[in-house]
Amino acid sequence: MFLSLAIICLTVAVLLSQVNKMTAKPIAEARAMKLQNAIGEVVPAFDNDPVAEAYSMPVGTGDSLLVYPAKMGDKVVGYALNSSSNNGFSGEIQIMVGFDMEDRIINYAVLQHAETPGLGSKMTEWFKNQEKPSQSVIGRDLSQGTLTVSKDGGNVDAITASTITSRAFLEAINKAYLAYSGSKEDAHSGTTEKKITESSSDKSGRIKEEEKNNE
Amino acid sequence: MNNNLKVLINGVIKENPIFVLLLGMCPTLATTSSAINGMSMGLATMFVLICSNMVISMLKNVIPDMVRIPAYIVVIATFVTIIEMVMKAYVPALADSLGIFIPLIVVNCIVLGRAEAFASKNGVFASIFDGAGMGLGFTLSLTVLGALRELMGTGRIFSINIYPEQYGSLLFVLAPGAFIVLGYLIAIFNKLQHK
Repeated sequence: MFLSLAIICLTVAVLLSQVNKMTAKPIAEARAMKLQNAIGEVVPAFDNDPVAEAYSMPVGTGDSLLVYPAKMGDKVVGYALNSSSNNGFSGEIQIMVGFDMEDRIINYAVLQHAETPGLGSKMTEWFKNQEKPSQSVIGRDLSQGTLTVSKDGGNVDAITASTITSRAFLEAINKAYLAYSGSKEDAHSGTTEKKITESSSDKSGRIKEEEKNNE
Repeated sequence: MNNNLKVLINGVIKENPIFVLLLGMCPTLATTSSAINGMSMGLATMFVLICSNMVISMLKNVIPDMVRIPAYIVVIATFVTIIEMVMKAYVPALADSLGIFIPLIVVNCIVLGRAEAFASKNGVFASIFDGAGMGLGFTLSLTVLGALRELMGTGRIFSINIYPEQYGSLLFVLAPGAFIVLGYLIAIFNKLQHK
């Protein structure tokens, strides 16, 4: 009795490990592709590898966001930030948001969400609608103050019947801006240091960045 | 062959898992917010049904009666894990939108129900046809349910516009709409079958 169950379990374990081996690479590639596409969508044209140069930037207490710097030659042209919020209607909302060098939002992409289909799920398009500037966040300058929905006295129109989702979305954007301004300050104050890290290999550069952030 | 065909049609009409047996209601109600989601959920379940029915009918003499349920669950879970990995690797967008419901096929009572009621008593070929028939019935029902909900909720079927979105009622995309549409579909199905 136990023997036959054990044999069945052993066989399927072997089978599953084989399938896992076969699919591990395509799964990783699909994930990397999704990340690459999201970054490409939200920042201007770049010629570096933002994923390889990514570093984490602390925001507030104990939280930190991944920052993907987009560079053209040696010059940083924009930052893509992976931000998230847990205050959505259901589950975590993860977005990729891109800023140019003048504190303006270039574009965003929703990476993951579990909001209600037909209501909160509209955020993937709603905040990009260029025809309705009162609901679009594209091109907004966050140095003039963070974004809030008009119901809370802000100037972004929330998604109809999805104020909670809209609040969570803007929270993620604002969090990304915090990390963005942190990155920009670092880039300004550490220009000489940055050159040294850039000439060394990617990996050590990233570690140095992280050390700097920890200070 | 004739007999196998009967088994196949049995799963689609006479013992349709959704409209007649009312099995697997959880994924039925949750994943049918659009036609494509319903259809892919149905196809994934169909794959698992065919494979698990086949393997269980092959092993039915090897598995002792006392541990048959754990053994069936192990076989079913294996195929579910395989299809989950494959979907994540080759259709990541679809895997994202179905989310937790793919792993949850393991606890879908149709799969275990057919293993216990059919595959453990019948030959390999009959079991494969039973799995295909049940899976087909499940897929068709979920596709119809998803298409109707998508049409009435957003004015689209398979993301093709039929009428403008603002005339749709959001209720049908949300949970209550799933129950309402399913109830009417069961009523219509029974009415047609009793004729």
